[in-house]
Amino acid sequence: MCLAVPAKIIDRQDMMATVEVSGVTRRVSMMLLPDAKVGDYVLVHAGFAIQTVDEEEARRTLELLEELAGHEE
Amino acid sequence: MRSKAEDSRRLAAFFQGEIARLATRPVRLMEVCGTHTVAIFKAGIRQLLPEAVELVSGPGCPVCVTPNGYLDTAVAYSRRGDVIIATFGDMLRVPGSSSSLAAEQARGADIRIVYSPLDSLAIAAAAPAKKVIFLAVGFETTAPTAAATVLAAEQAGLENFYVLSAHKLVPPALRALLTAGGARVDGFLLPGHVSAIIGEAPYRFLAEEFAVPGVIAGFEPLDVLQAVYLLVKQIAAGEATLANQYRRVVPPDGNPAARAVLDKVYEEADAAWRGIGVIPASGLAVRDAYRRFDAPAALPVEAEETRDHPGCRCGGVLRGEVRPAECPLFGKACTPERPVGSCMVSVEGTCAAWYKYGAGRWQA
Ligand code: SF4
Repeated sequence: MCLAVPAKIIDRQDMMATVEVSGVTRRVSMMLLPDAKVGDYVLVHAGFAIQTVDEEEARRTLELLEELAGHEE
Repeated sequence: MRSKAEDSRRLAAFFQGEIARLATRPVRLMEVCGTHTVAIFKAGIRQLLPEAVELVSGPGCPVCVTPNGYLDTAVAYSRRGDVIIATFGDMLRVPGSSSSLAAEQARGADIRIVYSPLDSLAIAAAAPAKKVIFLAVGFETTAPTAAATVLAAEQAGLENFYVLSAHKLVPPALRALLTAGGARVDGFLLPGHVSAIIGEAPYRFLAEEFAVPGVIAGFEPLDVLQAVYLLVKQIAAGEATLANQYRRVVPPDGNPAARAVLDKVYEEADAAWRGIGVIPASGLAVRDAYRRFDAPAALPVEAEETRDHPGCRCGGVLRGEVRPAECPLFGKACTPERPVGSCMVSVEGTCAAWYKYGAGRWQA
C-alpha cells in the first residue's frame, strides 16, 4: 500500500501540480510538499506528492558504491 | 564507459559475494513493508542469498493488520442506504467476521474505489444527500493524505464527508514485536516510504534499546541487496546502528510539512493490530476539533460481534512467527480467489505473495 512513484513536476497551480510519470500527466496535491518547484522530481502516493527525490544524492550513492565494488575486485 | 546494466550487475555481484562471506551464522532479517515483500519476490532476492540469511515478513501490510472489527464496522456502514463507502481497492475483498465489502457491493451497497482520498471529496460534492465515508487505512505514508483530505473537506465546506480511521504507526509495532520476542529478529529492513514521512529518529530505539540494527531501504533490487548487505555487515561485526540506504528519498528529518498536516487532524491513540493485539500509541484517532469528520463519533453505527476464522494463522504470519506454508489452509481452502484471511487478500499480504510468487516452492 505504501507504493509511491517518482514523477516530474511540469506545472504548479497553488496547492495542485501537474506531474509527468513516464509520459503520462496527472494532477496531484502539493499540500504535503508545499515547497517543491517545477522541474523537481517528487514521489507520488495516493494523489499527493509526499517527498522530493534528491537526484544529486542518488548519483553520489551510485558513485560511492561503484568505488566500493571497484576496490574489492 | 560501462553501461548502467553492467554497473548494476557488478554491484549486485559484489553485494551477493559480501553477504555470502559475512553471513557466518544464521540470521533472520525482517522486512516491515508489504511493498518490500513484493519487491523481494519479484527480484528473486531470496535466490541470491545464502541459506544462512532468512528473510521474514512482518506486520507491514496495512490491510492485513486491520482487525476484523474494523471491517465489520465498515460493512455495517455500507448497509445503510444513506452511505457511500469510498475505499482503496485492496480493502474490498478482505473478509470480516461474516461478510466483506465486496459481498455487500454485490448486494447493492454503494462502494466506490478511489485512487486518492481526495477523490472521495468529489463523490461527496456530487451526492449531497449521501454521507461519504472514506476508509482511512494505511501507515505513516498514507495517513497524511487522509489528514490533508479532511482539511480540504473543511476548506470546501463539505458537510457529508467522514473518515473511518484505522491508521497505524510502524515504530510502535516494531517495539511490540521486539518486546514479545517471538519473531527472533536480528535486523530490520525498514520501510522506505514510511520513513520518507517520519525520518530516521523514530527508529533509533531499535539499536539503542534492543541492540538490533535497522536499515531504511528503497525498493529497487539493488536497494534491497545493499540493505541486506549493510545489515549482515553490522551483525558480523557485532554492531547495531540505524543506517539509511534510501537517502535519495529519505532526508534524516523526513517530511515535517506532512507531519504537521497529520498532527493537525490526528492524535496518537492505542490501536488493535490483527495478530498482535492492542499496541499503545500505535494508531491515530481524529482530534476533537475535527470530530464532525470522524465517522464513529458523528454517525455511530452498531457492528456485528467480531469473530476470527478459527483456522487462519494470519496473526502468527504477521508476527513473523509462522510461514504461510505452515498454515493448513494455505493454497487449499485459502487462495487469492477465495481468501480466508486478510494475509491472502492484498497483493502485499505475505500469504498472497508466497502464493503468487513462491513458484510452488512452498509445496516442498
Ligand atoms: S493462508 Fe489464508 S488462512 Fe492461512 S494464514 Fe494465510 S490468510 Fe490465514
